[in-house]
Amino acid sequence: MLANWYDFRDLGNGVERLLEALRDGGASDGVIYVVAGALGAAAILALVGLTTLINIWIERRLIGRIQVRRGPNRVGPFGLLQPVADALKLIQKEALQPYNADGLVFSLAPIVIFVPAILAFAVLPWGEKMVLADLNVGVLYLLALGSTNTIIVFMAGYASNNKYALLGSMRVIAMLISYELPGVLALLGVTLFAGTMSLSGIVAFQDTHWTWLVFLQPLALLIFFIGSTAELNRTPADIAEAESEIVAGFHIEYSGMKFGLFYAVELVNAVAISAIVASLFLGGWWTFGLEQWVPGWLIFIGKAYAVYFVLIWFRGTLPRFRIDQLMAFAWKFLLPLAVVNVFMSATEVFIWREYELSAGVVLPIFAVVNVALAGALIAGWSRVMMQPFVRFPRRARLVSDIDVPLPGDAAREPAAV
Amino acid sequence: MPIKTEPFVMNIGPQHPSTHGVFRMRVTLDGERITDAEMVIGYLHRSMEKLAEERTWTQNIPFTDRMDYLAAMTGNLGYCIAVERLAGIEVPERAQYLRVMFAELQRIASHAMANGTFINDCGAWQTPLFYMFREREKILDLFEMACGARLTLNYMRIGGVAFDLPDEFMPRLQSLIDELPDRIAEYEGLSLENEILLMRSRDIGVLSPELAINASVSGPMLRGSGIAWDVRKADPYSIYDRFDFDIPVGYNGDCYDRFIVRMEEVRQSVRIVKQAMEGLPAGNHLADVPLNFRPPEGELYSRIESPKGELGFYLVSDGGPVPYRFHVRSPSLINLSALREMVIGQSVADAIVTLGSIDINVGEVDR
Amino acid sequence: MASATTLVPGPQLAERISAAVPDSVVGVQEGWVEVDAGKLLDVGRFLHDDRELDARYLNQLGAVDRFDYFEVVYHLTSLSHNHEMVLKVRADHDEPQVPSVVSVWYGAHLQEREAYDLMGIRFPGHPDMKRLFLWEGFPGHPLRKDFMSLPGGFKPGLQRFPKEDPEAWGGEFRAD
Repeated sequence: MLANWYDFRDLGNGVERLLEALRDGGASDGVIYVVAGALGAAAILALVGLTTLINIWIERRLIGRIQVRRGPNRVGPFGLLQPVADALKLIQKEALQPYNADGLVFSLAPIVIFVPAILAFAVLPWGEKMVLADLNVGVLYLLALGSTNTIIVFMAGYASNNKYALLGSMRVIAMLISYELPGVLALLGVTLFAGTMSLSGIVAFQDTHWTWLVFLQPLALLIFFIGSTAELNRTPADIAEAESEIVAGFHIEYSGMKFGLFYAVELVNAVAISAIVASLFLGGWWTFGLEQWVPGWLIFIGKAYAVYFVLIWFRGTLPRFRIDQLMAFAWKFLLPLAVVNVFMSATEVFIWREYELSAGVVLPIFAVVNVALAGALIAGWSRVMMQPFVRFPRRARLVSDIDVPLPGDAAREPAAV
Repeated sequence: MPIKTEPFVMNIGPQHPSTHGVFRMRVTLDGERITDAEMVIGYLHRSMEKLAEERTWTQNIPFTDRMDYLAAMTGNLGYCIAVERLAGIEVPERAQYLRVMFAELQRIASHAMANGTFINDCGAWQTPLFYMFREREKILDLFEMACGARLTLNYMRIGGVAFDLPDEFMPRLQSLIDELPDRIAEYEGLSLENEILLMRSRDIGVLSPELAINASVSGPMLRGSGIAWDVRKADPYSIYDRFDFDIPVGYNGDCYDRFIVRMEEVRQSVRIVKQAMEGLPAGNHLADVPLNFRPPEGELYSRIESPKGELGFYLVSDGGPVPYRFHVRSPSLINLSALREMVIGQSVADAIVTLGSIDINVGEVDR
Repeated sequence: MASATTLVPGPQLAERISAAVPDSVVGVQEGWVEVDAGKLLDVGRFLHDDRELDARYLNQLGAVDRFDYFEVVYHLTSLSHNHEMVLKVRADHDEPQVPSVVSVWYGAHLQEREAYDLMGIRFPGHPDMKRLFLWEGFPGHPLRKDFMSLPGGFKPGLQRFPKEDPEAWGGEFRAD
């Protein structure tokens, strides 16, 4: 049953009508395929371009608010045209290339890094019918795209012939490979529950069972989200570009629009990760029946931006981990939790499927159990992890008069704390 | 086949977001671990000690602004006290109170800057800096009311202070002092409870008390290592012996200790300013000192507690209108003595945090 | 605790020093003790290790050009007894040399480099005797009183790159 083409609650309707008309007109499958692909790709590219421009403004304004200042407010109304001005400035600037740089790789890296960032949008379900490529291995596809970033960042860092860039790209490799693992394991729990790897299938699961997966998989959301911030090079895991240490990391030598591409990709990736989190854990376009009244794609974008806001919030408030602490966090904190999560999910899904229990009964119980478990695990584990750092109080001792506990003066040694 | 390796030498600075000026550290790296560090300074050297030998005692006061430009008031104070001790000049009571008040306000501003940049070096994306700037702005506004300048103040004179306070000054100061304790509590709540900050700075850049004394470090760095030494208490200058305040002391000598010591010092400075406001007498603000006076022949080392540490002036007079020798014991420079020992064996990220916790001011390092 | 730092009187300090390190004291004033440059390290070690003098903190190291000789001044403080003492060493003007005290007070490290850089006093025994502020190859030591009357003189603007243009400042290259 086709909906009317003007039913804008799902923009897929119009496309479907168009393809239907083409088919009736006698077009071959190949033509229809090409038309559908071109339409979807054009829509996604337009959306990505637009969101990048808007996100620059949103991010700068929000960080401005966090930092008790105003943010850009001069160019255009509310500074909305600031991203355009930035882009114009970057296009005008000379694209410098350092002496002894590996020219081809140096120029290729900012272009190539755009590809996985865009490709990630292909499998996202924007609405019930608004999926460009409904892969049945969608989750795997996203994870594969995420890991290609590593090699491209290393291309940029290596080709720059700069020590800061090399350090930054080495850090990226170490970090991304570590964070791949907990991320994959976290999504394993999700796919176990949903029984599918297709993103639209996972959304459909949340639809049919009248729940968001965040309630069933709180640990997975936390692990995946933290792992994603690491892959996005954002604080607290922005060690690859660590401004206060290695200045800008792998893209230190890029100027002009080449730098602009890196900057844009960072934002595109942030949106992609937010959208993935929104569709995997927050129900995607489905929101407890609200999508009957509000276009599902608007809901989806709203959820994605809510997640994106948390990313900006992280960036505005948190200091940065050191690389070994970041790795330790992945291996000692996230990975055990992810394994526990996979185990719990497998057990629960087994109980549910094996005894053919009613979803309406077991899912609330699982949700309560999982949330409680997640809270207990995080609180307990973080306490254990912080043990070595809380030996001393967090306030300075106060001495009211000069009383010098000099080393070697046994009688006047400082009292053991 | 033997693998040929060579050390990875990297320059941190002179133009680097975290060196707070033009300070350069050449580090030799093994992976990310620092095996050797050498600092190269002098990019901001303005030969003040030589220039001061050609200017009269009074004309030298602006140089002390430009040394530690984040704490110009204490630079002024240190020099003026040194010259007054050399020449035996009595300073009026009101000027003494004003000096203490402004020096402590300057300490608050400088420590706010130090703590903000410290968390910034730990990787927070400039947010703490902007928060700390909020209070610093208000203090600079007060300075502007008192002397017309915000950064290079040139406010103290030999024998007092240059100008008396305007009428609007005290209410503004009162409102600032009233809100500061809440602000400090807010900053402490935001930063001290942060686990990442704790992980990044606890046990990093540990300076043992033995090395701290032997390397002549001073100020919050010495106190962070657990040594209760403050020139304001040990050798009270001006009228510091009349005020009631405590010295914060750290536990371990790491970066976090230096950070919490600075946090606490701000609170103690607020106490001192409160007491100075209550005790501020009426009267003259400047002793009658001729513009080109000649102190008697002699020499003297006079020190004060600047926000960075012990700021000393070694002045030699030959009885002439200009100093024969004008030597500054700049705390920023001498606190760097222990830098190499502190950063070797750490990673690059820790070295940046360590450098940030020392709180150098390159204007004072290079002079 | 004493409320203010007291100065250990020169004669008293000289008495103690000469008891520990014979023939080291050259001159005594109320404010300071002048010691022989050759015995400086021994004196420093004695002051540093002595529990009653306890001069473990080197406040500052300053150098003064007195035209016919150089004077290096050490201001020392005992943090536990809260007293300070002043030590002076005289160095010859033509070939100024004072033994380095870095092995006793590590804090002298940068200050000796500074004194070498600006005053031209060499400190044998210093682990890293290089210029601190000025670049290698800078002609002369600017804090000396006769800096302006060096051979070739001080020519503003021309002395910036001496290695590239030695003629510009008098034709000879001073290796220090």
